[in-house]
Amino acid sequence: MLTYISIIITAIFINNIVFSQFLGICPFLGVSKKTSSALGMGAAVTFVIMIATVVAWLLQMYVLNPLGLQFLQTIVFILVIAFLVQLLEIIMKKTVPSLYQALGVFLPLITTNCAVLGVAILVIQKGFNLMEAVTYGFATSLGFTLALWIFAGIREQLELMPLPRAMKGVPIALICAGILAMAFMGFSGIKIQ
Amino acid sequence: MKKYWNILYNGIIPGNPVFVLLLGMCATLGTTSSAHNGMMMGIATAAVLICSNVVISMAKSVVPDKVRIPAFIVIIASFVTMLQLAVNAWLPSLNASLGIFIPLIVVNCVLLGRAEAFASKNGIFASFLDGFGTGLGFTIALILLGGVREILGTGKIFGAEIFPEDYGMLLFILAPGAFIALGYLIAIVNKIRKTC
Repeated sequence: MLTYISIIITAIFINNIVFSQFLGICPFLGVSKKTSSALGMGAAVTFVIMIATVVAWLLQMYVLNPLGLQFLQTIVFILVIAFLVQLLEIIMKKTVPSLYQALGVFLPLITTNCAVLGVAILVIQKGFNLMEAVTYGFATSLGFTLALWIFAGIREQLELMPLPRAMKGVPIALICAGILAMAFMGFSGIKIQ
Repeated sequence: MKKYWNILYNGIIPGNPVFVLLLGMCATLGTTSSAHNGMMMGIATAAVLICSNVVISMAKSVVPDKVRIPAFIVIIASFVTMLQLAVNAWLPSLNASLGIFIPLIVVNCVLLGRAEAFASKNGIFASFLDGFGTGLGFTIALILLGGVREILGTGKIFGAEIFPEDYGMLLFILAPGAFIALGYLIAIVNKIRKTC
């Protein structure tokens, strides 16, 4: 039980995927202008990460490893992810068209979100079993959603600030992200026995 | 001749993938703890970009329009796998320092972006030059960011000491420094572009 709690706390706070591992920065900068679309994006990424992690883990353990085809890992995983994103796109278009509109081009871009492929590969590298892999995937995407949501809140306020022209937009957003990352560094002192 | 020069030049300054197009941020932030690491990552990405651009340009008439994106991704992933095997075999220390960011070259938006925007519409030689120029622009950006972080963090550049390490700000080697340094660099580039 403790291993699972440790995995969750570590993935959300101590090793937050955005602030300390630098994965998923593109959607982090792209879809963080409004809190509502940030939460929608977080939910979509969570869905893809969860399923992709499980499918990728099963493929690695029951297909690639027994056949000695570990070197095909990258190609197989990216194809699985691309397929899942396509599926999600079709489902969302039919069920929640408003969110589908809000996410726009960033929905197909989940395919090239390094967080998804990153988690699938990390789970194999860390040697997790299936349950741990699912927990890790879920906690990581929670961490991603949390980061995106906090950041979107800050950026909504930033829009109203008078700034030098060169700093507007991405530069000031990156500097704010740096300060947020400093705040998250405070969690690195936490030790879970 | 002028046309080719423009293609090459476009990727380096007006269409710099990091400072202007803001693509490939994950690799940019994650691998630039020193100028050397940044350079190696830049070279690795540039190598994959040149190969994938050339092959995609050759394959563009064979691949049906509807499945072009998956096809491009598979081509890119194949080259990344080759790179991964080569780095594993010949440069194990590089493999240790770049870690997960080598397989993640697959999802670097710069590669798919150039494939879709340039290589799928242009000839082989032009695509080669575009890959070379964009790769060079990416590498320069990574060396710049890695250099700034290394100087501020440890007082060294490419391992050569500029001022004693005790005066360095460790923060710039750690995660927050990456965001802050890149933010300021982009702001400076914006300022220069607006004035000239």
